[in-house]
Amino acid sequence: MKVALFITCYNDTLFPSTGKAVVEVLERLGHTVEFPAGQTCCGQMHWNTGYQVEALPLLPRFVAQFEHAEAVVVPSSSCVAMMREHYPMMAERIVAEGGDATLPQRTAVLLPRVWEFSEFLTKKLGLTDIGAYYPHRVTYHASCHGLRSLGLGDGPQKLLKAVRGLELVEISNLEQCCGFGGTFAVKNADVSSAMLSDKTRAVLNTGAEECTACDNSCLMHIQGALHRQRTGVTTRHIAEILAHTEASEAAEEAGETEVNV
Amino acid sequence: MSRIPLDPRTAPPFQAAAKALLGDAQLRKNVRHATDVIQNKRRKLVEEKQDWQLLRESARQIRAHALQHLDVYLDEFERNFTRAGGTVHWARDAAEAQRIVVGLVKESGSSEVIKIKSMTTEEVQLNNALEAAGIHAYETDLAELIIQLGEDQPSHIVVPALHKNRAQIREIFRRTMNLPDLGDKPADLADAARRFLREKFLRVKTAVSGANFLIAETGGICIVESEGNGRMCLTLPDTLISVVGIEKVIPRWQDLEPLIQLLPRSATGERMNPYNSLWSGVHPGDGPRAMHVVLLDNGRTNVLADSEGRETLQCIRCAACQNACPVYRQTGGHAYGSVYAGPIGAILTPQLMHMEHSQTLPYASSLCGACYEVCPVKINIPEVLIHLRNKVVEQNGWYTPESLAMKAVAAAFRSERRFRAAQRLGRIAESPLVKSEKQKFSIVGQKQTGNTGWIGWLPGLLGGWTDTRDLQAMPEETFRDWWEKRGKA
Ligand code: SF4
Repeated sequence: MKVALFITCYNDTLFPSTGKAVVEVLERLGHTVEFPAGQTCCGQMHWNTGYQVEALPLLPRFVAQFEHAEAVVVPSSSCVAMMREHYPMMAERIVAEGGDATLPQRTAVLLPRVWEFSEFLTKKLGLTDIGAYYPHRVTYHASCHGLRSLGLGDGPQKLLKAVRGLELVEISNLEQCCGFGGTFAVKNADVSSAMLSDKTRAVLNTGAEECTACDNSCLMHIQGALHRQRTGVTTRHIAEILAHTEASEAAEEAGETEVNV
Repeated sequence: MSRIPLDPRTAPPFQAAAKALLGDAQLRKNVRHATDVIQNKRRKLVEEKQDWQLLRESARQIRAHALQHLDVYLDEFERNFTRAGGTVHWARDAAEAQRIVVGLVKESGSSEVIKIKSMTTEEVQLNNALEAAGIHAYETDLAELIIQLGEDQPSHIVVPALHKNRAQIREIFRRTMNLPDLGDKPADLADAARRFLREKFLRVKTAVSGANFLIAETGGICIVESEGNGRMCLTLPDTLISVVGIEKVIPRWQDLEPLIQLLPRSATGERMNPYNSLWSGVHPGDGPRAMHVVLLDNGRTNVLADSEGRETLQCIRCAACQNACPVYRQTGGHAYGSVYAGPIGAILTPQLMHMEHSQTLPYASSLCGACYEVCPVKINIPEVLIHLRNKVVEQNGWYTPESLAMKAVAAAFRSERRFRAAQRLGRIAESPLVKSEKQKFSIVGQKQTGNTGWIGWLPGLLGGWTDTRDLQAMPEETFRDWWEKRGKA
């Protein structure tokens, strides 16, 4: 299948290793990956903070970039949630304000082909074992948007359980928000930090070496506290775990590949 | 026993209030414990209902339909309630509601009233108005009684004293009821309250209540409760005055059926409320001789006029959203500066107040969606929050620092060239803040030798982040740079 990658603005800028891992997994599964270069951002930050006027132009941009793709894969549950929940509404509003009248229809046709990365593997491709090897003890954080808006269910856990060598340890407050919430983490820094300390305590209680998720925004938040507290526990996007194989492990051992963290 | 009511017009911004409350370890422990208990009970009872989602959907439809035809059903209610011997009063705002109730109490010849839990009377600050008119109000809901005796403020719409634990309640009772030997078992406390209230029930001849639902078809009023004190207030006095928000009306008697199933399960994790009282008008020899309903607008018709905010009025005040909200669970209810706390408060208060007094409430949420998931009438609270945030931004104009920053970022997103330039600029801008560090904390890829940068302090608007969190520096190469190079290789 020809898969178009929407990498999202913060993955592009802050977590390129996640994008590389997605490419690696998809290619390993025999798909061709395209990267439409004009892509930028889904508009979530602006929309959710109340800057809707600023978010609107990003919709026609996204549609134009991706409407010819067979499937669009996005390694971020909150960005996919943004699209599914708000793009239809945004398209209507653009029309109401005298904009492109074809947009609602084109958006409606495109959206069912947009997949969150783990969802693409489990629901679209029907896979759980994608041949990964990762000999570590890992806990999974269910990002709110993946959990509630996308209904990922235990799909990501199934993927992780099928990884050879990986020991999946369950976190106690799986359904609880880590406190990131985009600009919430800055605007309500104190409450956000209080929520975060509940989450990091739960992560540490699992005894995991690493915490993973389908969303780097939550992980950036969790990682921020784990690092500040010098816990030694790290975070890693699920794609990076799924990209890892015996071969990449051996290459690391030999010091050949630089691992991006 | 008057107290300063929670008032969005004078309350500090959410962030400031929250910061102060986060320092109260006892309060946070109490809130967490109580919400955990309620949530666990709720979860079990929801799981046993196979048709929960269907129930939710029918309740949503009933409430949405009632709101769409609110004028029709309010008229119908008024007709039927009047025919049964009751009197309907209409109050446009809090001041008018206060005037009407004070007038009615005076007319009843009483200088005291007994009250059964009504957040609506808290909303209009009725107790203070009564006090000012020389009328003393006794709260008879146990939690409200604790609040009143402790000169405290409600922090939860179903359990107003949720932030207090048993030891604290015992202290309040000991002090205010003059009971130095009071024990600390729940039964001891309940017994003390019962004795204290029994005397009021038998003596005071005028009652003020709220209502859970108004039934248009029968002109009926419905109150559900757990203690029976409400029923005492409804049946013993000569005069009963109910203060009810206009949105509480439902069309038919049979509409109660799904709602009465959803409400107690969502609110307290019970299958059924121990007391479900329904009455309409007056009946010789039975119950009050005069019945009044004060139908309160106080901003509700404005909410109704806003198609995106309207669903807020579907609320049946179960507080499930409050118990589920991770923000509320950290701060408790007082941070919201209003009688309506938690997610429902964050959307209801700004709308009732026309926004200007509660600009920070729409931002008091991480948009995690836990509230929407539990809401028995399916109010999409995150969506309404976003809608209100948009209003706040519009109201504040474009020349705030935040707004200018958001505009600049948005401009960058509108072209690939500008976006790439912004990525480069970001890396340059952050570079003085980045501390390079050997990856000694990384477990995976320990063999690697590369350094990773971390930011421990950020300036200005972003400073809140680095109070408790580090930020990893931007890698040297963006994904799109890597992709391009790879294509050429
Ligand atoms: S918004 Fe929904 S969950 Fe919250 S109190 Fe109202 S009905 Fe209950």
